[in-house]
Amino acid sequence: MSGMSKIVKTISGIAFPFITIYGLYIIAHGHLTPGGGFQGGAIVASGCAMILVSYGSIWTMNRVREKNLSILESLGAVCFILLALLGLGFGTVFFNNFLVGTNSLFGVVPAVGSGLANINTGGVIPLMNFAVGLKVIVGLFGIVLVMAYASRTKEGKK
Amino acid sequence: MNVADLIALLLQHSPALIVAVPLLGAFITPLISRLNDKVRNVFVILTLGLTASLVFLLASDVFTGNIHTYIFGSQDLALPVVRILFEVDAMSAFMAIISVILSLVAVIYSWSFMKENTGLDKYYTLILLMTAGMLGMELTGDLFNFFVFLEITSISSAALVAFWTNKAKSVEAGFKYIVISTIGALFILFSIALFYGQYNALNMAMIASAIQYTFLDKIALVLLIAALAMKAGVVPMHMWLPDAYGKAPSSVTLILVGATQASLYGVFRVCFTIYGGAINLTPISVGWILVILGIITMLLGVAMAIIQTDFKRLIAFGAVAEIGYILLGIGTGLVVMLNPEMTATGLAAMKGGIFHIMNDALDVGLLFLVAGAIYYATKETSLNKLGGLARNMKYTTVFFIIGLLAISGMPPMNGFASKLLIYESTYQLNPILSIIAILSSIMLLAVFVKVFHAAFLGPALPKFENVKEVPKSMLIAMGTIATIIIIFGLFPELIINNIVEPAANALVNYGDYIREVIPSFAGGV
Repeated sequence: MSGMSKIVKTISGIAFPFITIYGLYIIAHGHLTPGGGFQGGAIVASGCAMILVSYGSIWTMNRVREKNLSILESLGAVCFILLALLGLGFGTVFFNNFLVGTNSLFGVVPAVGSGLANINTGGVIPLMNFAVGLKVIVGLFGIVLVMAYASRTKEGKK
Repeated sequence: MNVADLIALLLQHSPALIVAVPLLGAFITPLISRLNDKVRNVFVILTLGLTASLVFLLASDVFTGNIHTYIFGSQDLALPVVRILFEVDAMSAFMAIISVILSLVAVIYSWSFMKENTGLDKYYTLILLMTAGMLGMELTGDLFNFFVFLEITSISSAALVAFWTNKAKSVEAGFKYIVISTIGALFILFSIALFYGQYNALNMAMIASAIQYTFLDKIALVLLIAALAMKAGVVPMHMWLPDAYGKAPSSVTLILVGATQASLYGVFRVCFTIYGGAINLTPISVGWILVILGIITMLLGVAMAIIQTDFKRLIAFGAVAEIGYILLGIGTGLVVMLNPEMTATGLAAMKGGIFHIMNDALDVGLLFLVAGAIYYATKETSLNKLGGLARNMKYTTVFFIIGLLAISGMPPMNGFASKLLIYESTYQLNPILSIIAILSSIMLLAVFVKVFHAAFLGPALPKFENVKEVPKSMLIAMGTIATIIIIFGLFPELIINNIVEPAANALVNYGDYIREVIPSFAGGV
């Protein structure tokens, strides 16, 4: 798949940071607002897919290696399970939310009924959202990238 | 902390760790395979070895009569029914042992068998994911969790069936498998919704204690049995099974046998535990339906096996027939479950059926591994083109003879012990059933003797002159299963008394399973 016109490239270049920031916001606020790791990750990955469409798969493939994406994807999954295992190590059981109530990272317990969302809450849930978000971003982007690259070789044969 | 404390701690957390260890290993595998292929293979074997030791540790405690529960995220025992709950009784532990043995053997076998393939990091990741899925299906105490693990198993096994993507037939088989699995999974999801709508619960014990056997429950029962029987390859829903078993790499087929049996475990868990006392309130006995399905499966599997010319497809139909024996045994147990006069018969049939789950996995698994070894050595699966291989492949020939005797229920192999129990007990229910079962066994023997003659005996063929015995890792894998088969065959009483009987009792005394979560439950004695 080759790139599109210069207008499309410029506009998608402008839109890309906004889409990414919005997706990361959805991931980071996963424990407070609707959404989370998967939803935010899908938004960021769709931004990456937009760049892929406008600049073409060859251009993208030269800059992003599919193997590196799969390493990041594995890391996301490993982080998720390690967090669950840390619940066993530091807390009591597997998947235990050991950070809640420690007042450290994401460890604050908000007062009941407070309407003001405090992002520093939720314990391991935000961290797990980050891990899922990483996995979904690189996973979805990797799938789209490989499919675009494979369809390119098919066109070349014709 | 001394060793005893550590073991007690491991035992307490083992239900979670049994699923967590292969899952963690699955995602570390792609990272490790960047380093070195051998390191990766060792890592995968060690991961499954650790899982296996955890399963054995848990099973050794469960078989003494304890039921283990594990609540994720909290040690607080209040409201266990709304939490993610693992509940392990003897039946779960029995199935987990089968799954983990099959996976471990398959990975050892893969070392040489899959050596020349690319993309092995994905292969091993999928195998570990599939193992985690199967173990999760068997250990979970939550119906929705069961569905999730079923999906994990289906998706990873469909990808593994189609692993040899350069062969069109493999891709077709994988596609067939994913379609069937998805339809089955949607049936299960729908029946879970029916339960949730009526009883506001997803926990198996909670549903079992509240079940009323309403019209909706009947629909849910039909959907659950149909979907899980479809995934287990019961005739008339077996059309995907010969394709998937026949076209997947042999090491994958071995684990697929475990995956089908995990689905079969689902059938038994649904019939015995969830519907428990309500199951015999029906005008048409569910037990008889299982028995009839078993008989049809047996006869059709054997009849189709006779006419096959492809080695692996033939064994696949043999595997279909073996599933029939399991259904026959456990269905008989279900028919007489609430009949006090026939308790001994029912228990014997259950023991035979449950013992046969393990024997089927081992026998069919060994035969598939032998078929894989022959494919590895000759690149040929058609029986018309094979011949005279006993000259070059001595060990493989011996393993095939062991598998042949075991699958057709000849003494002194393990198949004899379980099939004898099934024949004896079904004879008391209805003599025709056991006559059909014996007839199928004889036909299985005839089929596999034919295969033995076609592949191993006969004159030496010039094109197979340079065929060598397969590498050590494949021999070790086949040898391990063959050894277990012979040990089980020589000391069946040991296995039946220590492993099979607790599992049969766990299914029959379903009240214990429910009382572990809901202490006030009174039925199911």
